[in-house]
Amino acid sequence: MRKTYKLYIGGAFPRSESGRSYEVSTPDGRFLANAAQASRKDARDAVVAARKALAGWSGATAYNRGQVLYRVAELMEGRRAQFVVEVGDSGSPDAESEVDAAIDRWVWYAGWADKVAAVLGSSNPVAGPYFDFSVPEPTGVVAVLAPQASSLLGLVSVVAPVVATGNTAVVVASQARPLPAVTLSEVLATSDVPGGVVNLLTGITAELAPWLASHRDVNAIDLTGADPAQAVELERAAADNVKRVRRAPRSEPDWTADPGTGRLAAFLETKTVWHPLGV
Amino acid sequence: MSTPDTPSSEREGSQRERASSERESSQRERASSERESSQRERGATRAARQALAPVGPAEERAWEYAPAPESRETARLRESYGMFVDGEFVGSDRTLKTVNPATEEVLAEVAVAGPADVDRAVAAARRAYDEVWGPMPGRERAKYLFRIARLVQERSRELAVLETLDNGKPIKESRDVDVPLAAAHFFYHAGWADKLAYAVPGRPDPRPLGVAGQVIPWNFPLLMAAWKLAPALAAGNTAVLKPAETTPLTALVLAEIMQQAELPPGVVNVIPGAGETGAALVRHDGVDKVAFTGSTEVGKEIQRALAGTRKRLTLELGGKAANVVFDDAPLDQAVEGIVNGIFFNQGHVCCAGSRLLVQESVYDEVLDKLRRRLTTLRLGDPLDKNTDLGAINSAEQLARVRELSDLGEAEGAHRWSPPCELPDRGFWFPPTVFTDVSQSHRIARDEVFGPVLAVLTFRTPAEAVEKANNTPYGLSAGVWTEKGSRILWMAQRLRAGVVWANTFNRFDPASPFGGYKESGFGREGGRHGLEGYLD
Repeated sequence: MRKTYKLYIGGAFPRSESGRSYEVSTPDGRFLANAAQASRKDARDAVVAARKALAGWSGATAYNRGQVLYRVAELMEGRRAQFVVEVGDSGSPDAESEVDAAIDRWVWYAGWADKVAAVLGSSNPVAGPYFDFSVPEPTGVVAVLAPQASSLLGLVSVVAPVVATGNTAVVVASQARPLPAVTLSEVLATSDVPGGVVNLLTGITAELAPWLASHRDVNAIDLTGADPAQAVELERAAADNVKRVRRAPRSEPDWTADPGTGRLAAFLETKTVWHPLGV
Repeated sequence: MSTPDTPSSEREGSQRERASSERESSQRERASSERESSQRERGATRAARQALAPVGPAEERAWEYAPAPESRETARLRESYGMFVDGEFVGSDRTLKTVNPATEEVLAEVAVAGPADVDRAVAAARRAYDEVWGPMPGRERAKYLFRIARLVQERSRELAVLETLDNGKPIKESRDVDVPLAAAHFFYHAGWADKLAYAVPGRPDPRPLGVAGQVIPWNFPLLMAAWKLAPALAAGNTAVLKPAETTPLTALVLAEIMQQAELPPGVVNVIPGAGETGAALVRHDGVDKVAFTGSTEVGKEIQRALAGTRKRLTLELGGKAANVVFDDAPLDQAVEGIVNGIFFNQGHVCCAGSRLLVQESVYDEVLDKLRRRLTTLRLGDPLDKNTDLGAINSAEQLARVRELSDLGEAEGAHRWSPPCELPDRGFWFPPTVFTDVSQSHRIARDEVFGPVLAVLTFRTPAEAVEKANNTPYGLSAGVWTEKGSRILWMAQRLRAGVVWANTFNRFDPASPFGGYKESGFGREGGRHGLEGYLD
């Protein structure tokens, strides 16, 4: 039986409110599916859902977030065969390796949830009778334009660090290769990740991106998968509410490389707390 | 940074009396508004002062102090100052006059950097980066920074007086806060120069970015220069710094200190000018990193201007900090914190505690104490060592403070200032408290950047959090309570980059500083501050 590929917003799987869909094919032109073509309103609904989920997700203990995310990797493993087919159809030369790497990547980031504060935080030895410490905190709602080429490993590499650090995400999947992303959203829906923490839109990246870049209730945007011709305009729009911007790379990164902590730090704020010492 | 103490026994005595009468009042807010109306003060002239009823019993009012002015000769003021490019001071066909905001006298003529000067400064910084400063081992860079810190300390009195003349801030603040902290920033960052491998987790071999273009505001002219230059140089970058149009002098003396420290030419360049000079600098193709401290409006312009470039950016922008006082707070300390929070540096502080959120049950008590405390603030000659409140930095800023305050009144908030005689010349604004403020009032939403406090109330901790976070800004916040778990609960929920608990307006080079949301991104100070200057 063929699957209907839908959007994932607030833990539910709606079709686009616009009723639109677009054809998804393999790189050599074989028809795969009609994916939902998300609209401006779908993007806004996704932001509302992400904002609503933020307090709960960022307020959960880091240990709990780590466990919930680890379980996502378990469920990905269970859908391994399906991912391999879809990733292969998206043009991956070695779909099995890519799926394995994507699962490993998710596990890697899940483990960061309760370690990032220890590595990026600090106790600050100020010149006075004060206890002073700095802790990383999630930036908030992060819009993520997923990479266009790497349909699963690239997607996991940009989404997992955002949510591992307690942010919630509105993700625009690879425009031409959205099917593994939709399957990932089905994994998320059956995991313990609360609805709204990850919202996934399929559609035309260049159509959705400007609404997310200029949205006042989006705190940060990752332009990794942005159309290079549009990236400058998006960055400019993001300044309207001083969004944190992760700029578009010059070309699709090598997702198999060691990811480092850069993407974890990109969507964290540093909060510094002072209190006097005394008796 | 702290404000002088009023003998607490005096205050507490009358506070107890007042507290008992408060309990009898069923409509406290209305009663206190009426009391305020009778004390309203706007023109702050002598006539107005005489017309006012004293705030408390006569013995509670400020006693007179004999003048204790610092000598302005110490500033070694010169008639003219050049810009500092490639290790030399050079003139310009265009100059600006910088004035003493306390007297409106012209202090000096200062060379203004035009586009060609910006080009030369950036080219000099690039050359210095490529040839000298970039390749230099960190331990050698460190020695220059230590030397600069020492020279700032050696010339601290001169710098403090010059800062006060140019900026209008009280000498006790420039002497005890601005200058020592500036020296501390160089000292602290000197130690990082040869330890950068430990600065960014996961990056054992970080590289400097290149040439940093840095634009700083007029509220802490020397300190902001130190905040910007020290981490940039420690990380191996070179810098072109644009000081604020109204306060260029101490940055230029700092440039002279760079010369005395024999810093290689071009490593630091200081180019005075107005907004257009800053715009030319941040847009310059030869700049790899932009660091800006100033208004959110200009910060957004810069962020837009840098779109599509590979330049790195950190922004430290405006704020509208909530200072939250719970009913179990040590109220006398809290009142000192409120005063320090909003009247430190005339409220020309991006992290100023400009929104006071008081729990309803202690509202009258806090406001009574606050009003009484404000009557003891001494406003006047910034060079006088007893002065608490100096001059507003410029006519332009004074106009903005007046406009927003008038708007506050027009929108229905209630305005109060203590009896306060303003000097005839210069730019002055009395300490001002607005009550009956609602969250929608401009006075509660806009950054006034002046000695103006908006007071709101709350009932529950959740309401305090909701109101405190109800702003596009997120630079700082204050919490006053004796309950430890509540402090941490609040600190976790306040969306602000710095949370001061049972204190306010504390700064240290080891402590990261910077905002959430529209207060900007990136941190200055601490290990985190270096990340903005490393790749």
